[in-house]
Amino acid sequence: MKVLRDLLRDYRFTASFIILCILLAYSSLSFFSPIDPTVWVAIARDQPPSSQHLLGTDSRGIDIFWSGAFAIRNSLIVALVAGVVSRFITIPVAMLAGYKGGMTDRVLMFISDSFLVIPLFLIIVLLAVLIRENLSLVTLGLLLACFGWAWDARVIRSEILSLRERGFTQTAILSGSGTMQLALKEYMPFVTPLVFATLINVMAWAIGLEITLAILGLIKLDIPTLGTMIFWALSYQAILLGRWYWLLTPVILSVLLFIALYWLSVSSSEYLDPRSRIQRVGQSLRA
Amino acid sequence: MDKIILTTRQLKAFYLLDIHGRQKVVKAVNEVELEILENEIYGIAGESGCGKSTLLKTLAAVVEPPLRQLEGKVIYHINGEEVDVSTLGDEEMRRLRWEFVSYVPQGSMNVLNPVVKLKDTYHDFISSHVKGKSQEETFRMAKAYIAELGLPAEIMGAYPHQLSGGMRQRVTIALATLLRPKIIIADEPTTALDVIVQRGVMQLLKDIQQKLQNTIILVTHDMGVHANVADRIGIMYAGKIVEEAPTEKIFSQPLHPYTQFLINSLPKFGDKTPRQSVPGSPPSLADLPTGCPFHPRCPQVLDICKEQMPAYIAAAADHKVACWLVEEENGQAA
Amino acid sequence: MDKLLEVKNLTKVFSLGSISSRIRITATDDVSFYIKPAEIFTLAGESGCGKTTTAKMILGFEEPTAGAIIHKGKLRTKKEKVWFTEGIQAIFQDPFGTFNPLRTVDRYFFETIQNFKLAGNKKTAVELIDRKLKAVGLSYEEFAGKYPNEFSGGQLQRISIARSLLTDPTLLIADEPVSMVDASLRMSIVNLFKKLKEEFGMSVLYITHDLATAYYVSDRIAIMFRGNIVEMGTVEQVLMQPRHPYTQMLRDSIPEADPRRRWRGRVNLNETEREEYLKQGCRYAGRCPLVMDVCRQEVPADIQVDNVLVKCHNYSEGVIA
Repeated sequence: MKVLRDLLRDYRFTASFIILCILLAYSSLSFFSPIDPTVWVAIARDQPPSSQHLLGTDSRGIDIFWSGAFAIRNSLIVALVAGVVSRFITIPVAMLAGYKGGMTDRVLMFISDSFLVIPLFLIIVLLAVLIRENLSLVTLGLLLACFGWAWDARVIRSEILSLRERGFTQTAILSGSGTMQLALKEYMPFVTPLVFATLINVMAWAIGLEITLAILGLIKLDIPTLGTMIFWALSYQAILLGRWYWLLTPVILSVLLFIALYWLSVSSSEYLDPRSRIQRVGQSLRA
Repeated sequence: MDKIILTTRQLKAFYLLDIHGRQKVVKAVNEVELEILENEIYGIAGESGCGKSTLLKTLAAVVEPPLRQLEGKVIYHINGEEVDVSTLGDEEMRRLRWEFVSYVPQGSMNVLNPVVKLKDTYHDFISSHVKGKSQEETFRMAKAYIAELGLPAEIMGAYPHQLSGGMRQRVTIALATLLRPKIIIADEPTTALDVIVQRGVMQLLKDIQQKLQNTIILVTHDMGVHANVADRIGIMYAGKIVEEAPTEKIFSQPLHPYTQFLINSLPKFGDKTPRQSVPGSPPSLADLPTGCPFHPRCPQVLDICKEQMPAYIAAAADHKVACWLVEEENGQAA
Repeated sequence: MDKLLEVKNLTKVFSLGSISSRIRITATDDVSFYIKPAEIFTLAGESGCGKTTTAKMILGFEEPTAGAIIHKGKLRTKKEKVWFTEGIQAIFQDPFGTFNPLRTVDRYFFETIQNFKLAGNKKTAVELIDRKLKAVGLSYEEFAGKYPNEFSGGQLQRISIARSLLTDPTLLIADEPVSMVDASLRMSIVNLFKKLKEEFGMSVLYITHDLATAYYVSDRIAIMFRGNIVEMGTVEQVLMQPRHPYTQMLRDSIPEADPRRRWRGRVNLNETEREEYLKQGCRYAGRCPLVMDVCRQEVPADIQVDNVLVKCHNYSEGVIA
């Protein structure tokens, strides 16, 4: 609770917190949705916003308000799967490379560099085309996770490299600590803010990539996501036909999501930054 | 009476910090009174975190948030005129800097631009600070100055990383004193240098002082360096100057209990008698004890020490000390 | 047993750079000395003289390129965890870096006790910690649950010593333990070494550039220069009547805390470190006031003069020092 109170003093955190809460509440409405957003023409098409259809309906006869709720939920699922799964690759690779150094480091960094230099986007496009019909939300997330770990592993590794040279590493070794103990007890507190910040960044990247793939028509288009909503709106010429609410809904939702994630990442990493944490530890106990 | 070049009156400079909504006031410089003379080396000694670096920043008028000069004045005596530093505009201060006062901050040897040759660093420095004289001429002057100080001429064609730490420090000092300032303010110029190199750097500073007949305000925690070069020493403790006297007196008859402890704790060659540290630990500048800040560590503490900060007592004309004990023993007020 | 630890011809060469352009730096070159039980032995010298590298090899953090380390008569054959096997502990230069700033200091004590299986339950562990803290002038109450930033540098260094004492080591390696501690608090650390020696019979390898505290605390001293020991003997002999020109220079350059004994004469600082490392013959030859032709060609032998080892041609037979 105290942590939350401290964080809420930062207006950027407050703003992102409010936006995220609203978006989450909105997306959780999808669980109570009266409609199935994959069924076409169940209701009247091309209705403008009204009390019955808050944001109108699209040219496929799907309620935009409800499909927006599904879109946020599904995009977040993709982002979370990509973010969390890629952390399971990033952290062990970074810890191992940073702490062990030498040959281990060189091999692991060669692999991660390879991921960094190959034209990622083309490969994802290629893979997406190949498995498009089986590309569920989770598989898309996993696919992105496979490509979203390399840069962060480099960032965290360099942090570990510098931590390894700090005096407390030697103190811990002389206290009889093994590698696992070192990694978890000594390094984790320093690495956590990095993990958290890169997690949020990867999530934002995944959402963006999902939108790009969808606009190119490369994922399963009948699942409502932010990307597919934009795809359908574009392919039915929503703007040209004056149905701005159709295109604008997913666009505004994604912009809000990006802003919220960005501010969350900035404010929380400032809060978790070891230097500012050192200022806080200790005092709070006695204050 | 020697001429005064720099005075401070009731100088207070605090760091005002805001750590996630918690206000914190670090009282780094607290009611400091200094009168620094022309043609002297004034040493400021004190432990880490006593505010000595902050004091130098206020003396050099490089006060930037979160540091604020809350009260008091820093006065430069420029050609007999008293100038209150806080009233100067940016442009006026810029002119004074390097020509009247030079500030060599801690670790300044590491701020030389690593990708240009020293020659060009000197050139940039000269062209941004010297007006009126032709640059060619001033650059020749710079070369002559380097030679005058006994630094090898080849260093002008070198990059900073090609020089050792000691040489970089000497180059930095030469750069800072190129325009022959009246006051050189040096913060820990020999920390992290080896003893032989340290001696070389101090030798250079002394040479410059003798050549220019100017004033050096030298901060270092190393009492040995003070003993070797300073004319007068101010002992700083928890943001205050607690004792000030000529170097010999500080070492031979210190009056403040803190100074006494400090001097007696220094090991000497040829003397293995057991020595003790100052008891306790220095206070945090963000949470100072009431009264005299040394009272929690002082073995001769009186009741009044806990309540009131003592005023300066002149134990001799050139020896002042802020301690309740001194008044009692000598029975004389300032 | 009159030697607790002996190092013989210890050499460490670091290779830097890529495979094509390797630079080899000899950090320590043929270093030999021994430490007796209940003795404070100082390894002194300027930065880059190889004293810390020597300590790291004794601690098992680095593997020597050549040479032997013999502890309690037993030759160490490979890189070992000597804190487990040989009872060697260490404290380091930066007291604020010794403990993780984001963890409470007492965790290191409990982890040491756990990893070394020193106590059966929490109560005996606390008693053990309290006993060791009392030995350095602190107590469990004023230490439990606090973070490093709540202590002064002097306190942290004493806490660091207390932690190393938990395992009852026979040898404590102290790498520049006072260089980042305020002058007024240094004695509290240095006096502790004396106490460890006198009360617990521990030996201390005191690594420092501060010859004044070295004189105050230690029994014997070795002066290192660019990877070599150039002079070794009792502190009285080496520091009060230095024989090697380098030791003389070093001793003269120390700013003594006594305004009546200020520096006399001047120093010359022209040669760069790099040249000194790569030099043939005596590495001090470039700066030495007593330099002879032979110094530039041949590395001087270790010569015994009145029980002091001096690595200088001026003390060879046939040369009048």
